[in-house]
Amino acid sequence: MNAGADVLLEVDGIPISVPDGANVAAAVARATQTFRRAVGGGLRGPLCGIGVCFECRVRIDARAHQRACMVLARPGMRVQTRG
Amino acid sequence: MAERYDVLVCGAGPAGLAAAHAAASHGARVGLIDAQSRPGGQIWRHDLRFGAGRAARRAIAAATRGAQWLGGAQIVAAEPGELLVERAEGAAHLGYERLVIATGARELLLPFPGWTLPGVTGAGALQALVKQGWPIAGRRVVVAGTGPLLLAVAAGLRNHGARLLVILEQAPAPRVRRFAWGLAKTPRTAAQALRLRLELAGIPYRYGEFVEAAHGDGRLQSVSIRTPRGLAHLECEQLAVGYGLVPNVELAELLGCRLDRSGPHAAVATDARLRTSLPGVYAAGEARGVGGAAAARIEGRIAGLGACGQEAAAARLAGAQRGARRFAARVAGCFSLDRRLYALATPETIVCRCEDVPLGGLAGFDDGRAAKLATRCGMGACQGRICGDILAALGRYAQPAAAAPLFPVQLSTLSDP
Repeated sequence: MNAGADVLLEVDGIPISVPDGANVAAAVARATQTFRRAVGGGLRGPLCGIGVCFECRVRIDARAHQRACMVLARPGMRVQTRG
Repeated sequence: MAERYDVLVCGAGPAGLAAAHAAASHGARVGLIDAQSRPGGQIWRHDLRFGAGRAARRAIAAATRGAQWLGGAQIVAAEPGELLVERAEGAAHLGYERLVIATGARELLLPFPGWTLPGVTGAGALQALVKQGWPIAGRRVVVAGTGPLLLAVAAGLRNHGARLLVILEQAPAPRVRRFAWGLAKTPRTAAQALRLRLELAGIPYRYGEFVEAAHGDGRLQSVSIRTPRGLAHLECEQLAVGYGLVPNVELAELLGCRLDRSGPHAAVATDARLRTSLPGVYAAGEARGVGGAAAARIEGRIAGLGACGQEAAAARLAGAQRGARRFAARVAGCFSLDRRLYALATPETIVCRCEDVPLGGLAGFDDGRAAKLATRCGMGACQGRICGDILAALGRYAQPAAAAPLFPVQLSTLSDP
């Protein structure tokens, strides 16, 4: 099972806990289905899961356009979606 | 930061790991880079609950013992003898004598009405997400698309507690059965396939069926399934749908390596010793055309040996490499796509998800550059990777060539001397 302790972070102000080694996408998915809003207004979430499509991009610790699937969840991270 | 390597390997999947291990074990100073934070690539991606399989653990241990591991490194720009990469700690220039392109492949994602809804992902995509903690326990999942990958994905999702409703294989039953019989000649693969099939016992595995549309209000709630008997409807929270793989050739293209454009998707062209058209640059695995993990491992070894001057040892692997590629060609033949899948998108269906360009908006264009300038199709953050693969599969036109920066970057990376 999980090797380490759970990681506590914040998604849109909501405290979220994920297993150690989880990525930010896993944390966001526990808070909302919507990661971003497309230019036409549609709601979007991860598509490719491997850093190619950029559909899962979110703001992490004030850095915009980070791919949630490519970044490991770290304690105290503040993640913002554009839902 | 600037480093120099005798051999620099790009991509830490089966091919890259084998290349790094082979070169390092002959005394070369080897760098192994990957965009992911852990080695393994896609097929050997670490599962935070179940770890990695034995083959993966061995390959990773062997490669990282001898080579310098540089994870989380996104290649931004490349020129002969040097790569510019971006890592969390900043930009780095990596110099090399020999380069091995082991950049692997990505999934082919075909558009259909509703495919932009949150909850719709690629098939390998959902597997990758779940391995890194995506909540799936208790969720109703439909797995669809084509190929042996669907079984592996389904088994993985089930191990993580997903409520797997059905697996939809688009290939017709007689073709898949012929393929399964052919597996009897390669017992190890047959055993693997059989094990997966057994793990999934009780879960319907349907042939000749595909998802025609996804529905939901702001998120996936149901799918329409085209069956030989008509249209069926199924409620679900996740749809994992993948139609095969597409080689990642952007790095090779940026360097100026010759590409093989004989198929719908470009692949890196090499000679039998896996040398590209550029001196000192090798390519191995899926980047040369999708051939599976077994071929990738052998080719990685061939490239790694060649890159450190072990030509005779590399040549001895030629027979095994050809055998693995022959098997991959049989797989591809069995799981070739039903033409109806290319006609699922309506004029309103979005093709370029970055810029929200619908298929109808591209009517009349037969040139990628003209379409891009007029509609912004392919101009977004993914740089035309997703829509480019689609338009190539649909036989519309090829995307304009890859250019630096290969991925969106921090300005500081580009200004770093």
